[in-house]
Amino acid sequence: MRSHFLKGTVFILFFLRLSGLIFAQEGEPYIHDPSTIMLCDGKYYTFGTGGGGLISEDGWIWHGGAERPGGGVAPDVIHIGDRYYMTYAKGGGGLGGGHASNVYVMWTKTLDPKSPDFGFKDETIVATSDGEEDCDAIDSAFLLDPTDGRLWLSYGTYFGFIRLIELDPKTGKRMPGNEPVNIAIDCEATAMMYRDGWYYLLGTHGTCCDGPNSTYNIRVGRSRKVTGPYLDNMDIPMLRGGGKLVAAANGPLIGAGHFGLLDLGDGVEKFSCHYEADLRRSGRSVLSIQPLLWKDGWPVGGENFKEGTYQIRSERSGYALELVVNFVRMPHTRRWFRRENNEPIKPVPPQVLADVISDWPTGNIEVRMGDFMVRPHQKWAITPVDSVGGYPGSPWFKITIAGTDRALAATADCEVVTVPAFIKAPEQLWRIDRMIDGTYRIMPKIVPNSGEPLVLTAVGARTPTLARFDPNSDNSRWNFIEQ
Amino acid sequence: MNVPRKIMILVLSLSVLILAFQRCSTTSEGVAKTIELCDPIGSQMPYFTPVTSSPRTPDEDGFLRRWLLLEPIDKPNRTNTVFTDSYIRETFNAGYFPAQFTVVPHEGDKVTVGDRELKWHALDATGFNVKLFRFASNLDKQMYGVLFWVVTIVDSPREMQNVRMAVGSNSASMWWLNGGETLLLTGDRRMVMDDFVSKRITLKKGQNIIRGAVINGPGMSDFCVRFIDENGDPVRDLTISFENTGN
Repeated sequence: MRSHFLKGTVFILFFLRLSGLIFAQEGEPYIHDPSTIMLCDGKYYTFGTGGGGLISEDGWIWHGGAERPGGGVAPDVIHIGDRYYMTYAKGGGGLGGGHASNVYVMWTKTLDPKSPDFGFKDETIVATSDGEEDCDAIDSAFLLDPTDGRLWLSYGTYFGFIRLIELDPKTGKRMPGNEPVNIAIDCEATAMMYRDGWYYLLGTHGTCCDGPNSTYNIRVGRSRKVTGPYLDNMDIPMLRGGGKLVAAANGPLIGAGHFGLLDLGDGVEKFSCHYEADLRRSGRSVLSIQPLLWKDGWPVGGENFKEGTYQIRSERSGYALELVVNFVRMPHTRRWFRRENNEPIKPVPPQVLADVISDWPTGNIEVRMGDFMVRPHQKWAITPVDSVGGYPGSPWFKITIAGTDRALAATADCEVVTVPAFIKAPEQLWRIDRMIDGTYRIMPKIVPNSGEPLVLTAVGARTPTLARFDPNSDNSRWNFIEQ
Repeated sequence: MNVPRKIMILVLSLSVLILAFQRCSTTSEGVAKTIELCDPIGSQMPYFTPVTSSPRTPDEDGFLRRWLLLEPIDKPNRTNTVFTDSYIRETFNAGYFPAQFTVVPHEGDKVTVGDRELKWHALDATGFNVKLFRFASNLDKQMYGVLFWVVTIVDSPREMQNVRMAVGSNSASMWWLNGGETLLLTGDRRMVMDDFVSKRITLKKGQNIIRGAVINGPGMSDFCVRFIDENGDPVRDLTISFENTGN
């Protein structure tokens, strides 16, 4: 009995630690092969294999309720004009032993099943596989080429080639006379995107559908032409199995697959995928939304912000966010640097909160940026807040001086201050989004008396404020250095 | 080092010294005389020029270059590490001369601080930053362990809301606009433009009085001040004068 208790305690502590580091979506985010996340009438939608899908008010807490007809596998959605085009496949996938499959496209004016405008129309077959050819027509995904408005669809799985066809963006039907192009082998769950003159083909490698033993991982190649050839970072063609890693297992989340781009604008990009198994949740397949970073022209799967104690460093000046309080000197005996002596070497205790907190005011304390000196007034504990929802990929956070309840808050005059106690007020809740360059954008849930989305901004080398986000400036970019 | 090499270095050194003297004066007769000619006491060149009657506007980057500067107040500090928030606030809020938070002085006005009589100087800085160290050294005043009071008046053609005062100073400093505190720069600082920026403030139509105090122990005191708008761009459409109309 005692042994079981001990094991259970260790198990719980292990997952508490993991859950503190790696966030997954809240609610019931259970899904396999999630479609590209769509924002429709203020709600987020994603659809999965087997029919149905998930809805979220904020992109963090997800529930069932999304609807799509047809069943089948691995849908994708794209918004063009006033239509949401949906694609999915039936048959194939080796399910039941066959690879004969059809890819369908249909459209609806809204994804909200409660809306009178909801209802899928004009379902049509746009691609097929006969079960014998080197292709299995499943896992279809859209790309609307931003350079010329042409609509493309990739599809396929491990059975042969990944193929690309062109659709009519006005109808969703196959362009007359279009012939499929082979663009990759030995992958599935493809997705495509365009950026800075490159077309990117993302595919999932590894083993699907084996819970915590799934080796699913997302990889990428790129091409100057939408039709390929797609090469990875080592110039290995995806037609020969190449692919640069984007995302794989992490912490309690095993088997990353089925990439979908979620471009939030202003230099914030995220991607959705499913993990084949969340070890904290019975090993079920779950939705994940994570930052997408870019490095040397390649997409890199980033991690969502983790709770911890941090220095918050301005990308603009390199100075760190701190309370406006007296700098308290550490006890120190001056020594001649090069004079030898026989004094024994011993550690110098760092300054701790108890050394200084009695000198701090008890009311509101303003903030500024200063030289980071590893002092208590510069260390911020950043912790997810329960029961207040979140935003795509993360819960809201509170930002407090480590070891205290003193919380960073937005003020009605669009400035920032610390208040003595955290009370879950919306101006004390912070959204922390990772930018594509790896820095972070920090945004209060609300700014009192302001309807504007403002972000933490360095207005001078050492002065923080709240201002509109400028994606072309380092003023609103921050780094978190764990303490 | 052998003897010929020593001699060569000595000759070279003397040559450099003679060239330096000639650069300052063709009639140099001695070191003291030469230094006086090169950097005469009382002249503020090349760091300042006397204020003229013509109005002055901020420079193209918005920096205010026309100031009334009080000769340095003696404030000995061997190190700038003492410039904590509370020390600076206490030091700058102390009284040194009558009406120090309200007076708009004129060129040549004098105040008594302790047992010293100090004079106000109206000057235009030749650079974006006001080099207080040179101001003091050119007057043959103390340069270290000092506290400077500075004042200027900007005339705004209209009310300007949501502007910010942006300051850099060496070392610590404190600033007021129309009697209200706008900025406190503490610690052992070097001067960086836009180092600290005030909260959103309003420049009223007409005259706005800017007052500052800069303290330094060892180091080359200076400061720079400008206003920036909501986009971070410099505010230039101001005029700077010292005639307080009291509006």
